Amino acid sequence: MGSSLIDKIWAVHRVGQRGDGRDLVYIDRHVLHDLHAGHAFASLQRNGRGVRRPDLTVSVPDHTIATRRMPGSPGRSGSSFADSMRSGSARFGITMLDIDDPRQGIVHVVSPELGIALPGVTLACPDSHASTVGAIGTLAFACGTSELEHVLATQVIAIHKPKLMLLRLDGTLKAGVTAKDVALHLIGQIGVAAGRGFAIEFAGSAVRAMDIDGRLALSNLTSEFGGRTSIVAPDDATFQWCHGRECAPKGAAWDAAVSWWRTLTSDDDAAFDRMVTIDCSELAPQMTWGTDPSQVAAIDGRVPDPGTFEGKARSAADRALAYMDLQPGRPLAGLPIDRVFIGSCANSRISDLRAVAKFVDGRRVSPGVTAVVVPGSTAIKRMAEAEGIAKVLQEAGFEWRDSGCSMCAGVNGDIAKPGERCISTTNRNFENRQGAGVRTHLASPLTAAAAALAGRIVDHRKAAE
Amino acid sequence: MEPFTTLEGVAASLPQDDVDTDQILPTPWLRDPKADLAKGLFGYLRRVPADKTESDFVLEQPAFRQARILVCGSNFGCGSSREHAVWAVKAFGIRCLIAASFADIFRENCLRNGVLAIRLPAEEIEGLHRAVQSVKGGAPFVVNLEEKRIRCPDGRAIAFDISDHEREALMLGLDDIGLTERHVSDIEQWENTSRRSLPFLQDFRIAPFNTSNKPSQ
Ligand code: SF4
Repeated sequence: MGSSLIDKIWAVHRVGQRGDGRDLVYIDRHVLHDLHAGHAFASLQRNGRGVRRPDLTVSVPDHTIATRRMPGSPGRSGSSFADSMRSGSARFGITMLDIDDPRQGIVHVVSPELGIALPGVTLACPDSHASTVGAIGTLAFACGTSELEHVLATQVIAIHKPKLMLLRLDGTLKAGVTAKDVALHLIGQIGVAAGRGFAIEFAGSAVRAMDIDGRLALSNLTSEFGGRTSIVAPDDATFQWCHGRECAPKGAAWDAAVSWWRTLTSDDDAAFDRMVTIDCSELAPQMTWGTDPSQVAAIDGRVPDPGTFEGKARSAADRALAYMDLQPGRPLAGLPIDRVFIGSCANSRISDLRAVAKFVDGRRVSPGVTAVVVPGSTAIKRMAEAEGIAKVLQEAGFEWRDSGCSMCAGVNGDIAKPGERCISTTNRNFENRQGAGVRTHLASPLTAAAAALAGRIVDHRKAAE
Repeated sequence: MEPFTTLEGVAASLPQDDVDTDQILPTPWLRDPKADLAKGLFGYLRRVPADKTESDFVLEQPAFRQARILVCGSNFGCGSSREHAVWAVKAFGIRCLIAASFADIFRENCLRNGVLAIRLPAEEIEGLHRAVQSVKGGAPFVVNLEEKRIRCPDGRAIAFDISDHEREALMLGLDDIGLTERHVSDIEQWENTSRRSLPFLQDFRIAPFNTSNKPSQ
């Protein structure tokens, strides 16, 4: 029997097996963010341990830092979390991409952008969206704070090998339908727990046709269906995208890497524990109506009647509609909105911003709507400014911020007001996630931009005409 | 890590499915490094609704304020990997969670903090919820990890499954990093071998900001 892509990377990195049956898997690259690094550094020190490979470790503040400059302040303000990341990084000899570093950004955006994540590489990150970089063929491990400390101390992760799922997404996407819509639809189809216990390989013609930014958005939402990691087999588009990035191998080392990367595909007879195929050719743009990412409908659809669900799904839908202040059967389109957030590790890359600017060009954000754009990295911010994207967005009335997680989780204090309805390009619509009582609808950047201009939910394909 | 052997205490029931870590420990308590995590546990759910004088939430009811065991639905702990969610559970005084299933990272986080996360088949969970609800905090449940058994106040026993390794790690309060450190020579050997076979994996350099790459402006 053949091997899958994940089997192959696993086999190369398997250091051994611990007495308790867990595999020890070597971590080639370890990226930390500010929310958890300080705790792990403190705990390491308390236990008298050091960092085994500071040279393979990078720290980036994103969750807790300000994305808005205070009037009169020369730079960005940090936070006590960024401070403990800074002192710990210095103490242990870890390179930190600090708030004034032009390479700073959201950890999952920065890792591939700098070539820290690469095909065939194993990467650990103390964050449930670590799988984002699976899009370029990196095998990523999302971990908690204790596991983070474990990787710092040993450079391996102790883990039972997960089951394998092959998720095929087939068909040609219609115009105006994006990777984000595919991801939301997929979660609606298979549910929020389908990926639990699995490592997922995305395949199929729809995935192959996506550009790398699209694949990154797709892999990003793996946690939203319960998966701890996901991967896309690297191809020529991936190699081209990675080439020349700051930390990517150069010259002969690059050529050697590419010839290994070309072997990183699943064999035809590789075994998977579960296979799912979804046809995406009829898909419309998607939007969530509820408080978990599987509660999703087509943008031209209606809020469902909880009575049509069974058992606990019914009470969950009842609860969601009460929280979201929605009536069963009403169309999503037409709902008035208060806020739009374009950002997060799901959708804040240059192609997202280009698409939004193209759509918005020359028009205005609806009066009464607060619309904010937070680029995924400082490099993306600068690129967007150079391309004139920032100008288009600012002239339309969008706020243009510094890079960070911002209102995705609101850990830095960027939150909406109770009761506000927010169209968000993020990945989580949980109750109170974007502020107490805030009603979050997840969607693609185009759908969010269209809502910002109209002041209500609209199908951007119709609004563009 | 504090060893876990036998736990005797009040059990509370929270039958909802898909309880995410944003509910278990909401962001305001995450943002504040000095926050009282015991208060933050289910912080929003514990609030008093506008039209009421006290909270409806189970852990706010006098009989369950001392709960040591929480019986949950399925997919408990999904969403954010924040380990603070487990720290909050522990800070409140709960050492054992029982659910039809847990999110992967959340369960790992429990194990590493000495919180016993027991999975039971869906039918048994339903029965346990009924038992917990009918006792109303009036009598203790006992979780015996050595015997892998939950004893209800009416004397009924429910067996549960856990791998021998996990059970041992919890019972002895084993240091997880210590377990891996026994394999240091394997790790070194791996590093040496891969330096030859796939050199770019070990050859990683990222320039510090202030030396080579000051912004051009
Ligand atoms: S952008 Fe949101 S989902 Fe992504 S790492 Fe930051 S807080 Fe987490």
